[in-house]
Amino acid sequence: MTTLAIETRERALLSGNEAIARGAWEAGVRVASAYPGTPSTETLQALVHYDGVDARWATNEKVAVDVALGASLGGARALAVMKHVGLNVAADTFMTAAYTGVGAGFVIMVADDPGMHSSQNEQDTRLYARMGLVPLLEPSDSQEAKDFTKLGFEVSERFDTPVLLRSTTRISHNRGIVTLEERQDVPVGGFRPNPAKYVMLPAYARGRHPVVLERLQRLVEYAAELVTEEGSDSKVGIVTAGVPYQYVKEVLPDARILKLGMTFPIPVDRVRSFAATVDKLIVVEELEPFVEETLRAAGIDVEGKAYFPRTGELSPDLVHDGLAALGLVEPRSTGPEPPTTVVRPPLLCAGCPHTVPYWSLKRIGATVTGDIGCYTLAALEPLATMDTCVSMGASIGMATGLAASGGSDKPVVATIGDSTFLHGGVPALMDAVYNQANITVVILDNGTVAMTGGQEHPGTGRTLAGQETRAVDLPALCRAIGVEDLHVVDPYDVSATLRAIEQAMAYRGPSVVITYRPCIEAPVRIKDRPFWVDADACTACQLCMNLGCPAIFWTSETFEGRRKVTIDVDMCTGCTLCAQLCPPRAILPVEVDA
Amino acid sequence: MNARGVVLAGVGGQGVVLASAVLAEAALQSGYEVKQSEVHGMAQRGGAVVSHIRYGEAVASPVVPLSSADVLAGFEWAEALRWMPYLRPGGALVVDARRIVPPGACRDHRRWGVPYPPLDPTTIAGRTGEVLLIDATGIASELGNAKAANSVVMGAVSRFLDLSDAAWEKAIARFVPPRTVDLNIEAFHAGQGADTLDPADVPELGLDPLPERHYHIDVNEEWCKDCGICPSICPEFCLALDDAHRLVVVDEEACTGCRLCEVLCPDFAIRITAPVEARGGAR
Repeated sequence: MTTLAIETRERALLSGNEAIARGAWEAGVRVASAYPGTPSTETLQALVHYDGVDARWATNEKVAVDVALGASLGGARALAVMKHVGLNVAADTFMTAAYTGVGAGFVIMVADDPGMHSSQNEQDTRLYARMGLVPLLEPSDSQEAKDFTKLGFEVSERFDTPVLLRSTTRISHNRGIVTLEERQDVPVGGFRPNPAKYVMLPAYARGRHPVVLERLQRLVEYAAELVTEEGSDSKVGIVTAGVPYQYVKEVLPDARILKLGMTFPIPVDRVRSFAATVDKLIVVEELEPFVEETLRAAGIDVEGKAYFPRTGELSPDLVHDGLAALGLVEPRSTGPEPPTTVVRPPLLCAGCPHTVPYWSLKRIGATVTGDIGCYTLAALEPLATMDTCVSMGASIGMATGLAASGGSDKPVVATIGDSTFLHGGVPALMDAVYNQANITVVILDNGTVAMTGGQEHPGTGRTLAGQETRAVDLPALCRAIGVEDLHVVDPYDVSATLRAIEQAMAYRGPSVVITYRPCIEAPVRIKDRPFWVDADACTACQLCMNLGCPAIFWTSETFEGRRKVTIDVDMCTGCTLCAQLCPPRAILPVEVDA
Repeated sequence: MNARGVVLAGVGGQGVVLASAVLAEAALQSGYEVKQSEVHGMAQRGGAVVSHIRYGEAVASPVVPLSSADVLAGFEWAEALRWMPYLRPGGALVVDARRIVPPGACRDHRRWGVPYPPLDPTTIAGRTGEVLLIDATGIASELGNAKAANSVVMGAVSRFLDLSDAAWEKAIARFVPPRTVDLNIEAFHAGQGADTLDPADVPELGLDPLPERHYHIDVNEEWCKDCGICPSICPEFCLALDDAHRLVVVDEEACTGCRLCEVLCPDFAIRITAPVEARGGAR
C-alpha cells in the first residue's frame, strides 16, 4: 500500500515509483501505458492523478510498449512501465524500436526484483539494454528516480532512441525526499511519415542498424557526463550505480567512488582514467557482473563478483562483508542466533474465491499447471495443488504439451486468472482448441488484477482513470475461440464447482471452466455475515482447516485428542465455504441482532 | 547525528506500512533527511511485513543494517522475534502482546513443524535495552477501534525518538483516514503513556502441540463396495479411488484419526485403529 495523493509541497516524501511518475509529468509526458507488476505497479497509479497525461492499463507489456511507441511517433512524450519479466513480453517491439528510434521522447521504465520478493526470476534488465543497444539509466534514490526520468526523455530525443530506466524493488518501494518542480510544456510534435525509419522491411532495417551503432558511439561519450566521482583515497576505487551506491556510502562514507548514472553504454574510457588513479578497482553491482565484465573485456583490471554475491539482493551487510574481505573495513560483528519463531507464509485471503477450485482439484486428482497471480499460493500447504508456475499465460500451453507428452498419469488441468488469461493465455487457448488438446482450463475470474493490489483490466469494464468502458465477455470469447465444453460456475458453491470441474475433465478435448466471483479485497472489500464454530458440535476433523483459510484457528479445546477449531469473526468474510464442508454442521452464521 | 534506524514488523493487515509512512513523515516534518524501505507483493497476503525507516542529517542506505536499529517495534510477538537481528545491542523493543497464530501452526501432522513461540521474555534476554510489552490492541479497542493499535505502538515508539508531538500529530493527520484522525492521535498518546505488561499476566494461547499420534486405516475389502464416500470426505486426502475405481489408502501418515470415514461408511467396511503414541513422543 502506498499513498498516491499528488504532492503539492516543494519537498515531498515519495516512493521511487511516485517519483518516476512525478518526473514523467514534469517532463511533459502525455501518454503512459503499463501492465501491473510488482514492484512497478504504483507508477501509473500515481501518474493517472496528474492532469494532462493519458495514463492507461494495457492488456500486456508488449501492448504497453506498442502504445507508447505509437504515441512517441505521434510526437507526444510517452512512457511505458513494467516489471522486469514484462520486458520479455515486450521484447519484440523493444528490439526493433531501437531501430526505428522515436518521435518525441520515449522512456521504458523497468523495475527489476533482485531477491525475488514477488517474482519468478531475477533477470537483470541491463542485459536487455546491451542486446537492444538502447541506453539505460539507473537511479540510486527517489530524487534521482525523478531526475533520471526527466533526463530519459531528453536523451531519447537527443539521440533518437528509446531509453530504459531501470528501477529495482529498493528504488520503487523506498521513500525518500524529492524536490518538486513544475511541468514543462512540451507540445505534440505531430506524426511525420518516414517509411525508411518506421517501416522495418528488411531493406529499410538494414539501413537502420548502422545508425544504431553510430548512435551507440555518441552515447558512450555522453554516458561519461553522467558520472560522478567522490572521495580521495587512492588505494581502492569503487565503481557502482543504483541502490548499491547507497550501501557503499553507508559502509564507507569516504570511499573513492565512481558512480555511473548510465550503466549502458558504459563510459569505458572514463572508468579507465579513474582506474589509473587507484591501485585496485572494484565493481559493486546487484545481480549480473554486467559492469565488471564490460570493463574486463575492455582490458581494465577489475574485480567484483569475487566479493559480492551474484544472486539475490545486496544489502548494507553484504556490501560490508565484501568490503571487509577486501580489507577496507573491519568485519561486522554478528549478533547471537535469532530466536526461533513461527513460519508465516503468505496465504490466500479469508473468503478467496480461488480456494474451492484448487480444493476441488486436490479432491479429484489432476496434474495442475499454474500461472502468475495470488492463486500461485495454491502451490503451498494445505491446498498444495499446483505442479508448475513459469510465466504469464504459460499454464495453458504447458498443459497442452504435458497432455501431448502422454507423461502425466492424471488428467491435465491449467489454472489461470482472468487478467493473466487476457494478458497471455488467449493465444494458448486458441492453440489448445486448434490442436484439440485433451486438457481442462480453469479460468479463475475474480474481476481484477488481485496480486498487484486490485487493478482494472480489459475484462473489468473500467479504465485506470476509473471510466466505464467495454468489458471482454470471457464466456463469449471462449466460445468464439471454439471451446465446445464450457462451464461457468460460482466458486462459492462447493459442490457445483467440484461437479463442473469433474465434468469438464471427463470431456475428451479442450474444455473450459470459468469460476466467477469478485475478489474479496478489490475493487471493494466484501464482508458478509460471519460464521462461528459451535464447539459442542465440532468433532475436530479439521476438514475446514484444509481450505487454508486464515480466519480458522485451533482452540485449546480438544475432541478425541485433536484440537477443535474456531473462527476469527473479524477476519471471516462470510463466504460459507467451511460451513458447506463441515461434516457435523458445527459452523453456523452469527445471529444478527433483531 | 548518525542516522536513526527503526524497524517496524507485523503481519499483513496490521497497518505496518501506514505506521512507517507516519514515522517517515514525522521525521520529514522535523527537518531530517529520511529514507523508508518496504517490500510489497506476497507480503500482503497474511505474510510477514517489515518496514525500515532511517532519518538523520544524512542517510545513505534505505535499509537498516543488521544489529543497528535503535528501535524495533513488533505489532505482534512472533514478528518481533523474527526481526530481532536488526536491533542494535541496547536498542529498545516495543511489542504488542497480541499474538497472531498463522493457520500453518495449526496443523496436526508433519506439515509445518514450528509451533507459535511462547511469549517468554527469556528468549530475548540480553539482546535488547528497554522492552515495552504493551497491550496495544486492547488499548485501541477500548478507545473504540482495534485497528488503531498501530498508532498505540507508534506512541510507545515515540518515547525512544527525538521527534516532537506536533510533528507526529501532523504526520498522523496526513496519512490515516480523515474520520479516524482524532482516534489515532488519542491512540498515539495512549501509547506514549502505556504501561509495560508483566509477561506472566499475558494469558497463554493454550496451543502447545499435542502428542503426535499415528493411526492405522483398516479397510475390510470383503465389505467395501468402492462407493467413494470416504475419499470424498477425508479431510486429509488419505483415501482415494484408483483408476480401476477401487478404494486405496494413499496417505496413512496424514490420518489424524477423525474417523469421518468410519462413521460415514454405509457398509461398516472401514475402521481407524487406536492411536499409537508418537515415535519419539511429543515434540
